[in-house]
Amino acid sequence: MDVEILSRLQFAGTIMFHYLFPPLSIGLGLQLFLCELAFYRTRNPAWEAAARFWTRVFAVNFAMGVATGIVMEFEFGTNWAAYSRFVGDVFGSALAAEGIFAFFLESGFLAVLVFGWDRVGPKMHLFSTLMVFLGSAFSAVWIVVANSWQQTPAGYHIVWHDVQGEQMPRAEVTDFWAMVFNPSSVDRLTHTLIGALVLGAFFVASVCSFYLLRGRHDAVARRCLSIALPTALLFTILAGATGHDSAQKLVETQPAKLAAIEAHFETTDQPTGLYLFGWPDAANKKVHFGVQIPRLLSLMVYNDPTRPVPGMDRIPEDARPPIWLPFQTFHLMVGMGTLMIVVAGMACWSWYRGTYGERRWLLWAVVVMPLAAMTANQAGWITAEVGRQPWIVYPSVQNGVEMMGMRTADGLSESVTAEQVLSSIILFGIIYSLLFAVWIFVLNQKIQHGPDSPEELTEYKRRHKDESMSESIGHGGTAYGGSLMDKET
Amino acid sequence: MNYELLTFIWFVLLSALLCGYAILDGFDLGVGILHPFIAKDDRQRRLVMNSIGPLWDGNEVWLVTFGGALFAAFPVAYATVFSSFYTAFFLLLTCLIGRAVSLEFRSKVQSPRWRKTWDFGFFASSLTAAALLGIAGGNVMAGMELGPRYVYQGNLLSQIYWYPLLIGALTVSLFAMHGAIYLYLKTEDELQDRVQRAIHPLFLTFAGLYVSATLATWWHVPHATENIANFPILWIVPILNALAVLNIPRAMHLKRPSYAFFSSAMVILAFASLFSVAIFPNLMLSTIDPAYSVTLENSRSSQATLGTMLIIAAIGIPCVLSYTVIIYWIFRGKVKLDPHSY
Ligand code: HDD
Ligand code: HEM
Ligand code: HEM
Repeated sequence: MDVEILSRLQFAGTIMFHYLFPPLSIGLGLQLFLCELAFYRTRNPAWEAAARFWTRVFAVNFAMGVATGIVMEFEFGTNWAAYSRFVGDVFGSALAAEGIFAFFLESGFLAVLVFGWDRVGPKMHLFSTLMVFLGSAFSAVWIVVANSWQQTPAGYHIVWHDVQGEQMPRAEVTDFWAMVFNPSSVDRLTHTLIGALVLGAFFVASVCSFYLLRGRHDAVARRCLSIALPTALLFTILAGATGHDSAQKLVETQPAKLAAIEAHFETTDQPTGLYLFGWPDAANKKVHFGVQIPRLLSLMVYNDPTRPVPGMDRIPEDARPPIWLPFQTFHLMVGMGTLMIVVAGMACWSWYRGTYGERRWLLWAVVVMPLAAMTANQAGWITAEVGRQPWIVYPSVQNGVEMMGMRTADGLSESVTAEQVLSSIILFGIIYSLLFAVWIFVLNQKIQHGPDSPEELTEYKRRHKDESMSESIGHGGTAYGGSLMDKET
Repeated sequence: MNYELLTFIWFVLLSALLCGYAILDGFDLGVGILHPFIAKDDRQRRLVMNSIGPLWDGNEVWLVTFGGALFAAFPVAYATVFSSFYTAFFLLLTCLIGRAVSLEFRSKVQSPRWRKTWDFGFFASSLTAAALLGIAGGNVMAGMELGPRYVYQGNLLSQIYWYPLLIGALTVSLFAMHGAIYLYLKTEDELQDRVQRAIHPLFLTFAGLYVSATLATWWHVPHATENIANFPILWIVPILNALAVLNIPRAMHLKRPSYAFFSSAMVILAFASLFSVAIFPNLMLSTIDPAYSVTLENSRSSQATLGTMLIIAAIGIPCVLSYTVIIYWIFRGKVKLDPHSY
C-alpha cells in the first residue's frame, strides 16, 4: 500500500478514536455543571453526590481525550508535511489559539474540579466546573474553525515562495476574521457542539435509567434525569435544525459534497427528489433499492419544491468525491438523529406524566441511546471529511480571483516511508485497542459502583473535618487511605 | 512591527514555551523515573503519584502549545521537524499516552498485579519520554541530513549515535534530579527521608554528565559556540548555568529546598537558552549543505500572521500565567491522599 492510503487510514483512525472522547467531555461537562449549579442553589446532598459521581466519570474520559489529542496535534507535521507548509500560515494560528485559550483553561481548572472538592469553597468549585466546560467548548471552536477553513477557505491569498530555486505556493492570511468566520465555520461549529451536548445528555440519561431498571441510587438518578431528558430532547431537535442549515449551505460552498451525500448523479430540469435510503452505484450512476420522495431535495435545499438541484455531472471528473460512503454515513447520521428525537420525545412525555420508571422497554431504549449519539457524531465527521475529497484544501474564489486548492495526495510528507507509517499504525492500533478495553473496564466499574449515597457523603465530610482539625493540632501526615475510593472495588 | 523583530520575538517565545515545558513537565517526568525506587509501599507510591496529580496535565499543555505555536510561526520548521523525527516522535507520543493512562488508571483497581503493571508503565514511559526529548534535542543541536526542499534523508538509526545519546542521558539525569527536589518539597516524614538520600547521588550523576556533555558539544558541535564567540555578552549564559548547578547542593545543604528547586529550574532555563543561542538563526541545520537548512527566515509565516499571533499571545499569556499561579497556589503544600486522589 502506498503512503497516501496509509496516511489517510492513520489519520482517520486516530482522529475517530480521539473523537470518541471529546463529545462526551463537552456534553458531560454541561450536565456536570448543571448538577453542581442545582447543588449550589438547593444544598441538597443528593445533587452533590451526583456532581461528585459525574466528576469521576468525567475525569476518566478527559484523560483519554488528552492522551489521544496530543497525537493529533503533531500528526499534521509528521504525516502531512507538505500540507502543513501550504496551510501553516492560516491553520497554525487556529491550532496555537486552541492551546493558549482552550487547553490551558480546561487542564488548569480540571485540577480544581477533580482534586479540589475539599480544598476550595463551593463557589470556586462551581466556577471551575464552568471553566472546564467552556475550555472544552473553546477547543472545539478553534479546531472546527481550522477544519472549516480547509472545507471553505476564505480571507487568504496564494503567495509563491522560492525554495532553493523551486517555486512553492503557500496560503497566507489577508483577513484574519474572514478566515475565522469562513462560509461554513459557524454552521459547522454549532452543529458539532450540539452533537456533543446530545451525547452528554443521553449518556447521563442512560446511566440513570439503568439505575432505575436495577432499582439503585433512586434519588440521585431521578434528579439527574430531570435535567438530562429535557436537554436531550432540546439538543437533538437543535442538531436536526443546525444540520439542515449546514446542508443548505453545501449547494453553494461544496456542491460536490451535496451531490455525494444525496447520491444525485444527473442534473435535470425537473425538481429533485430525496433518497430515504439506497445503495448508490457510482460506476453505473444509479441507486439500487432506493426509496425516493419526489421534490423533497429541492424543497430542503432551496425552500422551493420546483427548483432543480445540480448533480455530480456538473463536477469535473477528477474532482469528484467518493459517493457510497458519504451517502451511507449521512443517512446513518440523520437516521440516528430522527431515532433520538423520537426516543427523547417519548421519554420526556412519560416523565411528565410520571410513568417513566414503569416502562421498562422505554428505559432500555434510553439506556442504549448513547450508542446512537456516538454513531451520529462519528458518521457526521466521516460525511464531512470523505465528502471533501479529493481535496485536502478546497479551491475557492476570493473577490473574483480563483485560488488553487491542494489535493490530499499532494499534502503528504515526502521523507516518510510506507513502512514507517505502517509501523506507526500497528503500534497505535495495539495501544488504542488496549486503551479502549481499559477505558470500558474502568468506566463500567465506575458506573456499577455508582454515586455515593448522600449519607455516606455526609459521613465522609464529618470525618474529613475531624481529620483536618487533628492535623492543625499537630498530627500532620495522617493521609486518607481513600475511604470511599476503596469501596469501589 | 518590523518583520525581523517579529520573527525574533517568536523565536524567543517558542524557546520560552519549550523551556516552560521542560521546567514543569521535567519534574513530572523526573517523579515518574524515581517512582519505583523511592516509594516502598502502595501508600507511598500513591503519594508520589499524587504529588504531580493535579499538575501534570496542565504542564503537558506547554508542549501542545509549543507544537501549535511552532506550526503557526514557523510552519516549515513544524513540518520538517515532525516528519524527520517520525518514528522517534511516535514513540514519544506513545510514552505521553502511557504516562497519562498509567496515572489515571493505576489506583482505580485494588489488585496488586494491576497496580504493578501501571507502576511499570508510569516509570518506563517517563524514562523513555525524557530520553527521547534529549535525543531529539541533541540531533537538532548537531544538525541533521536535510536535502533539497527540506526533505529529511536519514532515518531513526542515523539519529541514534553517541552525541544525542549523551544528551538523552543528560536530560534523564537532569529531570530525575529536578523531580527529586520537587518530591522533597511535597513529601514529609519517612518518604521525605528516602527522597533526601536519593538527591546526592542524582546530583553527582547529573554533574558528571553535565561536564561530559559540555566538552562533547565543544568538540562535536563547533558551530554551537560561534554565536557566543561573536557576542561575548552571551558568555553570561554558560556562566549562570554553572553557578546554578553548583547552587543546588549548596541550597540543599542550607536546608532551603525551595531555593534548590529554583536553582534546578534555572539550570533548565540556562540549557534552553544555550540551545536557542547555539542553533540561532537556524531551526534545523542541514549537515548535507547549509543551503538546505531550515532557518528562521525561510520557515516563518507571513508578517500579518506573526502580528496577529502576537496579539493572540498578548491576550492569552497573562490569562495562562494567572490561572497557572492560581492552580499551583490551590495545590501548594504537602501531598495528602483523599477519595479523589489517584
Ligand atoms: C469538537 C471537539 C474537538 C475536535 C473536533 C477535536 N478535539 Fe481535540 N480535544 C477536544 C475537542 C476536540 C477537547 C474536548 O477539548 C479534549 C477532549 C477531551 C479532553 O480532555 O479535551 C481534546 C483534547 C485534545 C488535546 C489535549 C489537550 C490537553 O492536553 O489538555 C489535543 C492536543 C487535541 N485535542 C488536539 C486536537 C486536534 C489536533 C484535532 C484535530 C485534528 C482535535 N483535537 C479534534
Ligand atoms: C473529530 C472529528 C473528526 C473526524 C471523525 C474526522 C474524520 C476524518 C476521516 C474519516 C478522514 C479520512 C478521509 C479520507 O481519507 O477519505 C479524515 C481526514 C482528514 N481530516 Fe478529519 N475528522 C475530524 C476532524 C478533523 C479536524 C478538526 C481537522 C482539522 C482541523 C481534520 C483534518 C483532516 C485532515 C488534514 C485529513 C487528512 C487528509 C484527508 O484524508 O483528507 N479533521 N478525517
Ligand atoms: C437530523 C438531522 C441532521 C442533519 C440534516 C445533519 C446534517 C449534517 C450535514 C449536512 C453535515 C456535513 C456538514 C459539512 O460538511 O459542511 C453534518 C455533519 C455532522 N453532523 Fe449532522 N445532521 C443531523 C443530525 C446530527 C446529529 C443528531 C448529530 C450528533 C449527535 C450530528 C453530528 C454531526 C457531526 C459531528 C458532523 C461533522 C461536523 C460538521 O461537519 O459539522 N448530526 N451534519
